[in-house]
Amino acid sequence: MSVAPIHSDVAIIGGGIMGCSAAFFLRQRGLSVTLIETDKVGRQASGTNFGNVRRQGRPIFQLPLANSASRIWRSANELLGADVEYLQGGHMRVCFRDRPENVGAMEDYAAKAREEGLDLELLSGNVLRDRFPWLGPDVLAGSYSALDGHANPRLAAPAFARAAARLGARIVEDTKISAASKQGEDFELVAEDGSLFRAPILLVTAGAWASPIAGWFGEPVPLTPRAPTMTVTEPVPYAIAPSVGVMTPDEIETVYFRQVARGNIVLGGSTRAPSYPDEYRAYVMPQNTLTQLEHIRRLAPGLAPLQIIRVWSGIEGYTDDSLPVMGPSASVPGLFHAFGFSGAGFQVGPGVGETMAELIATGATDIPIAPYSIARFAE
Amino acid sequence: MAERRIIVIGAGPAGVRAAEALVAGGVRPLVIDEGRRDGGQIYRRQPDGFKRSYTALYGTEAARAEAVHQTFDRLRQAIDYEPETLVWNISEGAVWTSYAGEARAVPYDALIVCSGATDRLVPIKGWNRAGCYSLGGAQIALKAQACAIGHRVAFLGTGPLLYLVAHQYAKAGADVAAVLDTSPLRGRMAAAAKLAAQPDLLWTGAKLTFDHWRRGIPVLTGVTPTEIHGDDDDGVSGISVATWGGTIRRFDCDAVGMGWHLRPETQIADLARCRFAFDAPTRQWLPETDADGRTSAERIYLAGDGARILGARCAEVTGELAALAALADLGLADKADRRRELTAQKSRYRRFAEGLAQAFPWPHDLAARVADETIVCRCESVTAATLRASIVDSGATETNRAKAFSRVGMGRCQGRYCGNAAAEIVAAARGETVEAAGRLRGQAPVKPIGISTARRNS
Repeated sequence: MSVAPIHSDVAIIGGGIMGCSAAFFLRQRGLSVTLIETDKVGRQASGTNFGNVRRQGRPIFQLPLANSASRIWRSANELLGADVEYLQGGHMRVCFRDRPENVGAMEDYAAKAREEGLDLELLSGNVLRDRFPWLGPDVLAGSYSALDGHANPRLAAPAFARAAARLGARIVEDTKISAASKQGEDFELVAEDGSLFRAPILLVTAGAWASPIAGWFGEPVPLTPRAPTMTVTEPVPYAIAPSVGVMTPDEIETVYFRQVARGNIVLGGSTRAPSYPDEYRAYVMPQNTLTQLEHIRRLAPGLAPLQIIRVWSGIEGYTDDSLPVMGPSASVPGLFHAFGFSGAGFQVGPGVGETMAELIATGATDIPIAPYSIARFAE
Repeated sequence: MAERRIIVIGAGPAGVRAAEALVAGGVRPLVIDEGRRDGGQIYRRQPDGFKRSYTALYGTEAARAEAVHQTFDRLRQAIDYEPETLVWNISEGAVWTSYAGEARAVPYDALIVCSGATDRLVPIKGWNRAGCYSLGGAQIALKAQACAIGHRVAFLGTGPLLYLVAHQYAKAGADVAAVLDTSPLRGRMAAAAKLAAQPDLLWTGAKLTFDHWRRGIPVLTGVTPTEIHGDDDDGVSGISVATWGGTIRRFDCDAVGMGWHLRPETQIADLARCRFAFDAPTRQWLPETDADGRTSAERIYLAGDGARILGARCAEVTGELAALAALADLGLADKADRRRELTAQKSRYRRFAEGLAQAFPWPHDLAARVADETIVCRCESVTAATLRASIVDSGATETNRAKAFSRVGMGRCQGRYCGNAAAEIVAAARGETVEAAGRLRGQAPVKPIGISTARRNS
């Protein structure tokens, strides 16, 4: 029995924030779009991450992309017709006393970031403590970005998907693509349930699941699936505006927290666990929760009396160099990729969608994406 | 051969009988319990220095309570016992406990979870006000602390506990404003044959109802609650219900105890990744178990009301049964005859439980039709309107998606109090069955733990 294929200008595999925002911006440019998602949109890494909308700490060459995303976040509610709980309370990166060399690194970074349009304020001593009295005594200095903050990951990608659908995009959930190939001018996608999709352009935004899909076209990318350790406290009166994180080469010290408007404090970082994309499973290991709490107490001892009420995790795809794959295929015309954001994709997500839409619609973009070329994985 | 470590979670009737059977089978179990003393909720022991008699505390169940307590006292030298200890997570063959701010992992060869139950609740407009308690909570205040939840208390809901708690309050000298039962009387008649599986309990129920009449306490059946009145400063000031005939009656009170039977506490089974199945008669998702209490997860057994609501008497049966199954599976002892005997007893209790579900039905319509402005999730202050919008406007297709969009069930109880009602609201909003609305997935910690929690090495 043959099934009539669904035709569109662009087919997107993967309904995370990259795919959903790309669908939205492609519709804004007038291209017809079909997005196919195995589960529900935004349920995996895009829906389970910490929710940081931060630019600092990213490679300097990524700041133009992060800046474009930042602009979209600021107008997201109007753009999408839904509240994604973007709160521009600032973003603070701090370093500890036992790593004083990081102050110099922060200064270097701030100088370079300023040239890319990201203003960072360096704080230490009494000024730091007056403004952020909840930082622990081990904190030596901080780098503050006023125009960053955080948003609600559970809401953002689905809001992009709904807005894209309102503009005419076809969003197909609960549908797993089991094979894709190029047949003449078109890509043909076959789903497990037998449905078919055809499009002259294919965008792969399948996160931790992207490697085999890229592999169908002869350019597999080694991805390590990992599971972040996430925690949330009971609600307490809203008092902490910025999203706060630690700058350190030691992953176990890398904790971060933010307070949502209704008062709960979200904690993340310090450890990651293995995850199982084939089984759609990611679990928080109890020992990781305890390690995270230990490091959070060092960063903000005042949080110690609070109760944690829930932990969670998700499935994130990491590349070996922690940089994403973003841009055109190195071998197949019409094929594009945006995946492997290595636990740092949420903030840039809307910028990635916008940039990929521009690239697909016009063949070019001013946003530097050369460092993310898939060619770097070719032997 | 190294000694096998069998852990029993919970020291209520199921946990105590499980520990007893393990000791008899030559094992020294570790009993971990959240309570300060053994007995669980139903046979909760009063604090040291309190001197009420067994009859005063446990009424018709005094002899059973005393037997369970005495058994536990006798076992104390033969078991390891960690009271006031929360099992907050389970991973890779170990439970993670928290006691006095310290956490540690305790590995097990077999785990018998006797985690008990909490009240099943229907959101009523105003139920978020100070002065609203679950029936179980109202009873614990009285049993443990000899405190009433108010001076003048109305009781609302359905099931045996509704009449029992109202009776206990009246007996203790509280002013009982009314007993308001959402079930119509005719359901009880229809279920009489099944309820006759425990004739003495049927008789106790009749006596309790008569006792309320004798005391002049209004007992209304087949009511539809409309609102719990009050304000933010003083809490509850009254409750209104529509009677069977349709007239609105208001009762002044300063507290409300409410509950519609019980729901099992299944978080540990959930975190242990046990398979769940939908139970149509109770409209709940329950962990799958075989006749002996084995779950789909290796070396994990369930007993008591934490597996399925079969009551305290049956908890003693299923506790022993699960322990015997664990001993047999570990090759330590096999009392097949005793297991058959216990399984037969369990069937009789199960028939009675089916009768209760029929006589005192969960008013799922009432839950599904909750007014838009009513708060459904009290932890996160989410109204029925917000929950419905997550379906209608945001396109959520089942309860976990509705939770992600609306925050219902995302708070400190993780939906243990609102989850049953939320599923009914989601099902109604989608025009689907409550089974299709799915089951809220639980996450650690089972109950909140402090950020100050430190790791202790085992």
